Amino acid sequence: MMKTLLLGAALLCAGAAQAADTMKMAVTTSFHNSGLSDVLLPAIQEDLDLEVQLLVVGTGQALKLGRAGDVDAILVHSRAAEEKFLEEGFGTHRTEIMYNDFVFIGPASDPAKIADDASAAEALKDIAEAQAAFVSRGDDSGTHKKELSLWASAEQNVDGFGDWYNAVGAGMGAALNTASGMNAYILSDRASWLNFGNKGDLALLYSGDPVLFNQYAYLPVNPELHGHVKSDLVEKLEGWLVSDRAKELINGYEINGEKLFVFNAE
Amino acid sequence: MVDLWQGLAQAFWMVVTLDPELVEIAARSLRVTLSALVVASAIALPLAAFLAVRRFRARRLIIALLNALMGLPPVVVGLIVYVLLSRSGPLGVLGLLFTPTAMVIAQVIIIVPLIASIAHQSIRDLWQEYHDLLISMNVTQWQKVRTLLWDARRALLTAALAGFGRAIGEVGAIMIVGGNIDHATRVLTTAIALETGKGEFALALALGFVLIGLAIAVNLSIHWLSRTEQEGRW
Repeated sequence: MMKTLLLGAALLCAGAAQAADTMKMAVTTSFHNSGLSDVLLPAIQEDLDLEVQLLVVGTGQALKLGRAGDVDAILVHSRAAEEKFLEEGFGTHRTEIMYNDFVFIGPASDPAKIADDASAAEALKDIAEAQAAFVSRGDDSGTHKKELSLWASAEQNVDGFGDWYNAVGAGMGAALNTASGMNAYILSDRASWLNFGNKGDLALLYSGDPVLFNQYAYLPVNPELHGHVKSDLVEKLEGWLVSDRAKELINGYEINGEKLFVFNAE
Repeated sequence: MVDLWQGLAQAFWMVVTLDPELVEIAARSLRVTLSALVVASAIALPLAAFLAVRRFRARRLIIALLNALMGLPPVVVGLIVYVLLSRSGPLGVLGLLFTPTAMVIAQVIIIVPLIASIAHQSIRDLWQEYHDLLISMNVTQWQKVRTLLWDARRALLTAALAGFGRAIGEVGAIMIVGGNIDHATRVLTTAIALETGKGEFALALALGFVLIGLAIAVNLSIHWLSRTEQEGRW
């Protein structure tokens, strides 16, 4: 009996084969939730024979993984944090790849009346004045940092908010689930929102202010600090990400007929 | 409620059509957890027997520690293993982070206290019965351990299955050390967390039902292999 069990376990342990070329890249939840990675990764595999393993985390954790050298490159969207990462010498350089935009989601009845506002700052002021329930990511991610900078530009002090402001400390999807359950306002990237399956009574209420544009950049981890980083593969991937092939796939990616990303690599 | 029925239906179809992605992550779940179970049992069962037959100063402390560690939060275990295996950590050179091996290590740490505590309880009861007999036969320490382990095997099986149950349903630790990488470290529980995050509740529930089914199948087959709970035996 024990022999049978052990044999079965041994068989299960075997067969963990690895592909020839693999690299690890930390990406943000919003990029992965958009579904674009499901288009790009097979194309990368096909063109470069390279398997890119994605670690889907918040921007804060992505940068942390890059600092520790646990990934070979990161693809994130928080400019200030990226520049700090480079200044501290953890990355070699920053290559802008594409952008999408953030949108304000809220209850379809729009109690704070943000739908006709002229700017993102004005929309946030209205929400704060109405003290309408608002869900914040609260997880130090790129989206969370963006939200905080928007509150600051609307001259609102997040620390002084009452209990209508809910920092849930979760990823985009989980935060959207919470907002859906509470019928609350939330800042989301457009892609996550369009792909989200549990919309409930929520609707897209405000978008289009240029401050809501969301730039994605690719940062290779510095091989001088972490010798095991696969620099050649990282470089190969970067070459692909700024190529015409990537441009075609990124610009052509649509959900429900809506274009999500604009390729802007030089 | 709609999601629940949709989930059941979807689970049914994915199992019937042997959805290749489902088969892949279910097989990985089993592989990781069974490996962890074998390693953890190899550590925990002899440890439990040793704690029952040997008397030494730190014994009570170790037993209390094992009992307390049964409630160890998996996220904490995950973080500790992450820090140790990270490239900038002490074991970074092994390059084990974000591999199934790292997930096995985390699960072993989580279930060893559980298996050892339950096993120790039943072996101690048995030791009370066997004590005089084994002492009078003047057997070695190792022979005592072996006898106790063999004669308590039914109870030890329960201990191992409790460990299996905790490991297969675990998500916090393996999310951190495995990274939920598609085709590399994604298992049923992390896939459920991912689909919940996407708001795909029906698919997440379907995966959950598959997980429950898998756990039942493993328990049944282990009982069948070891011929317990049969008619005419107990």
